[in-house]
Amino acid sequence: MRTPFDALLPDTGPYFGAVAEFASPADVYRACTRVRDAGYTRWDAHTPFPVHGLDAAMGMRRTLLPWIILVAALGSAAGGFLLQTWVHAYAYPLTISGKPYFAWPAYIPITFELGVLGGAFGAVLGMLGLNRLPMHHHPLFDVERFARASDDTFFISIESWDPKFDPVATVALLRGAGARSVALVENRP
Amino acid sequence: MSHPAVADALRSEQYSIPAGHAARRTAAIGFAVGGLGLIAWLALAAAQPKQAAFSWLVAFLYFSSLALGALFFVLIHFSMQGGWGIVVRRLAENAMATMPLFALLFVPVLVLRHELYPWLAESASSSHLLHGKAPYLNLSFFAIRAAVALGCWSAIAVLYFRASRRQDRTGDTALSVAMRRFSGPAIVLVALTQTFAAIDWIMSLEPEWYSTMFGVYWFSGALVTFFALLALIVVGLRRVGLLVDVVGVEHFHDLGKLMFAFTVFWAYIGFSQFFLIWYGNIPEETIFFRERLAGSWHAASFLLAAGHFVVPFFFLMPRTIKRRPGPLAAGAAWLLLMHLVDVYWLVMPVLHPEGIRIGLLDVAAWVAVGGLFVGTFGRLAAGAPLIPIRDPRLPESMRFENF
Repeated sequence: MRTPFDALLPDTGPYFGAVAEFASPADVYRACTRVRDAGYTRWDAHTPFPVHGLDAAMGMRRTLLPWIILVAALGSAAGGFLLQTWVHAYAYPLTISGKPYFAWPAYIPITFELGVLGGAFGAVLGMLGLNRLPMHHHPLFDVERFARASDDTFFISIESWDPKFDPVATVALLRGAGARSVALVENRP
Repeated sequence: MSHPAVADALRSEQYSIPAGHAARRTAAIGFAVGGLGLIAWLALAAAQPKQAAFSWLVAFLYFSSLALGALFFVLIHFSMQGGWGIVVRRLAENAMATMPLFALLFVPVLVLRHELYPWLAESASSSHLLHGKAPYLNLSFFAIRAAVALGCWSAIAVLYFRASRRQDRTGDTALSVAMRRFSGPAIVLVALTQTFAAIDWIMSLEPEWYSTMFGVYWFSGALVTFFALLALIVVGLRRVGLLVDVVGVEHFHDLGKLMFAFTVFWAYIGFSQFFLIWYGNIPEETIFFRERLAGSWHAASFLLAAGHFVVPFFFLMPRTIKRRPGPLAAGAAWLLLMHLVDVYWLVMPVLHPEGIRIGLLDVAAWVAVGGLFVGTFGRLAAGAPLIPIRDPRLPESMRFENF
């Protein structure tokens, strides 16, 4: 059943994408360089353990996350400082232990803590957002053999909304890159 | 058991200074410049003994804190079983092994003690506060504490320095284990003596003032400046063609991260010290900041807050800065300058409450101590490989990558 939120998801057509299975880290590493050099951008590699240098082989760019954290941290620090300034110096000016109304050193600890809190929220929520999490189901989970991605098999998945995706050419590329098997994954109706 | 694989795979020009290389002249240049500075300082000192004493103290504190930071780094690196920093550890060992020099350079402080420390004066006992502090602040106990501190640092530094060089020859991994075991107790010893040294040498310039955070403040400044020095040395060595295949972008990145982290730590401690004193508002505590916010010292305080924290905080934050030798070295040089401002700001308002006054004696003392420090460092660095070539975990250090 279609929901209004479906309009927000990319149009993936009849296929979710193609998934290829590799026997070893070296195979998947070489295949990643091939897929990268072929110009694909919407794809991923799945390995049971971290493979050194795979991010470079995939041509992955640096994440946007640090900028999200910076903006969140500076924003919440500034917000904390301004809130205290408004409360103590304008809204409810009280003399506390002989300090001026605008006693900025007293605001620093809360400003600092809010900066850390905002940065932490930016990191966690930004990470979830960039990974499009939480995601209750992923079309790759319909592929039975894909469960072995957490055991002893290495996978590359290329999604169909990649501008270069083509059901025939993409499968041929993955086969040529040394895949043990390649399958097209259909979208569930 | 030895692990010669890495040492054999590298040619010796890659990890030690070849004969005839320009870097071998560091020692001679350092000692010559330092000697000239020392002569100038001695010549000028007779006319202005008080200024001479304060200038010497600033220079002594500045450079000894670099050696102290190196000592901390080596000990922490062993106790944490660090892997990444083994390629830069030998440089830190050379820096910390200059410690016996600082035991010697402390002599002028002792000789000129009456110019520096008001609690030594006869009249001090008339102050109730100083009378109460007399069991701690008296000449013999002061001298004993200085001897224990400098002796302790020198002994630990020389022991580690020698053990690390012995491993170069024997490849004995038991040495690594022994150095790790001893590093925990050594850190406790150094931390305690360093706290007392900061109290004795700097805080007691104004004996009625006290701050329980002062030892940590000194520690944080020493460590951030040492990381800056280490980054600068590594970048400099690579620029003259040394360690090119050994130290790389990943090590720059880690040195940058440590510089960044300890800049924040310094600011945290510095602000906390200011904050508690400001909030408590007790006259014998606030006097410290009152002096440092008067006249041109106000500008120095502002420079310290902006230049020792805000500017390096944002400058060193991006990953690209930390991974490029040029910008990293610029940040490191800036922090080395800011530490000098910090030391000057701690010591000099006592002598010149009316405002900043930089004179020839300041320059002469700084050049003298700095030249001797650089000379000693250069001599030690030329005497052995620039990396611990038989350290069992050297390959790990050379291969490591940041994520």
